[in-house]
This record gives sequence, structure tokens and C-alpha cells, in this order.
Amino acid sequence: MLTILLMALATYVTRAGGLWLANRLTLSERMEAWLGYIPGAILVSLVAPAVLASGLPETLAGLAVVLVALRTGSLPLAMVVGVGAVLLFRTLGSGLA
Amino acid sequence: MSFSLYGALEGARRCAPIAVSGFAIGLVFGVLARQAGIGAAETVLMSALVFSGAAQFVVLGLWTAPLPVATIVLTTLIIGLRHLLMGAALSPWFSKLPRLKAYGSVYFMADENWAFAMNEFTKGRRDAAFLLGGGLAMVVSWTSATLIGRTVGDALEEPSRWGLDFAFTAIFLALLVGMWRGKSDLLPWVAAAAVAVAADAWLPGQWYILLGGLAGSIAGAVRSGY
Repeated sequence: MLTILLMALATYVTRAGGLWLANRLTLSERMEAWLGYIPGAILVSLVAPAVLASGLPETLAGLAVVLVALRTGSLPLAMVVGVGAVLLFRTLGSGLA
Repeated sequence: MSFSLYGALEGARRCAPIAVSGFAIGLVFGVLARQAGIGAAETVLMSALVFSGAAQFVVLGLWTAPLPVATIVLTTLIIGLRHLLMGAALSPWFSKLPRLKAYGSVYFMADENWAFAMNEFTKGRRDAAFLLGGGLAMVVSWTSATLIGRTVGDALEEPSRWGLDFAFTAIFLALLVGMWRGKSDLLPWVAAAAVAVAADAWLPGQWYILLGGLAGSIAGAVRSGY
């Protein structure tokens, strides 16, 4: 139980720490430019290994998601298409192998 | 910057598809926690208090008797380091909030509701409760799924069998499409992708998120002439 409380504390420190630090420093233009690039860079990092380095089914499904998102702008639809596409391509892939 | 019930409800509504996918993953976590021999109350508390899928799954592999408490806590801390960058990115908006609201909200900051919230804020919407609402929807879904998985046990199958592991990837990708600001994003995004893929191949755990995020954002700042 103590372990879990310590884990919770460790996670909260990381969740609050970035905000705390950034609030305490006066932001230079350089810092602001850097902060502006964080969301895209983090999102790219979250998806890059899964989409680019897992296999062809994931890459193709990723492409399908991007196309749907560009065309419709709908996140739920993009998610459903992504899950459907990865399932389809994985099944096709294992059928061929 | 406002902080309204409407904003919280909007956050919960927008994060609902994510909460549903999270439910499936939470079921699996509950099942695996049972197999790892973690008590029911502790498993549910972990989901409610730690609320970090990445940290919780990794820690399952470390859960042996005697419990390596220091290793577990340190691992949790390292996996959470990406939150530092995410929290810093929120600061232009959250620094204007009363402290309790700002530091209460970030307790519920996960990758998904953070990504949605950043998307809202950069588009000019100004209700900070969006993050909290999305986070609450996710923590309720995640914790109740954990409880069910822990109780039901082995009857469940791997989420990858149904393609559900790709649900989060798809949402992040779709959000990225909306975040594209033009050519200036090309270099930072390529840098982030290259570093993340390399780090994922050569380093254990979740380092790829933090390293890719750092590489991409620094490349972007340098390219803008700073």
C-alpha cells in the first residue's frame, strides 16, 4: 500500500513539476518558442514507433487515419477507421504469412 | 482563462471515445494485476491514484516478493518524466489560474486529455476545466475497468487481437493532423520521429517519448532562430 502511495506521489511530482518550473521562470522568447513546439513533438514521438517501426499493417492503418482526419476532421471516425484498418491489415498479413 | 462546468463537460465529451478504449485496456490491466498477485483493493487504488497506464503495466513486471519498492517508485518517476514537458507546455494558459485549480487539474493529466486540451487552447478556446473533465472521464473509466478485470480474471483476451491497441495511436495521429501549422513544423516533427524510433529500438521502456519530444521541440526552437 505504501508502494502505491509513493508511486502516486512520484507521478504527481512529474505532472505538477513542469507547470511549477515553467511558472517560476520568466519566459524568454526562446523558451516560448520551445514550449510551442512541445505538443507536436510529443505527439509525433508517441506515435512514431507504433506507426513507422511496428510493421506494414500499422503503417498502412496510420496512413488511413491521416487521410480520414484530413478529409473529415472527425476524431472518433479516425479512431474507428484506424482500429478497423489495423485489424483488417493484420488479418490479411497473417493470412498471407 | 475561464474554468467552468461547461468546459469540464466538454472535455469529458470529447475524451469519451478515449475513455472507452481506455476501459478495454483497464480490463486487461486488472487481469494481469491479479496474475501478478496484487490485491484487489491495491489494484484499484493504483489505477485511481497513479492513473498512468504506462507506469502501471511496467510495474506489474517488477511486482515480486520481497517488493522492490525503490525500483518501483524510481521506474514510475522515470516513466512520468514526459509529464514535465507536457506540464510546461500548459503553463502559458494554466499560469493564469488560481493555484488549486491548476495543480488540482494536472493531477488528472494523461497523454490523451492533455493532447485534446492543447488542441483546444491553441485553437483559441479558453476553458481550462477541459483538461480536468477529460481526465475525470478517463480515471473513472480506467478505475472501474480495473476493478472489473481484477474481479473477472482470466476470461478476457489481449486487446491487440481486436486492434484496440491502435485506438490511442489513431487518436494521436488525427490530433497531429489538426496541429500541423505549416512547413516550420516539418523539421521538428521529423527530428522527433527519428529520435523516438531510434530510442524505442535501443532503449528500454518509455524513454522514446521524452527524448523524441525534447529533440523535436529543441530542433523547432533552434530552427526559428533562437
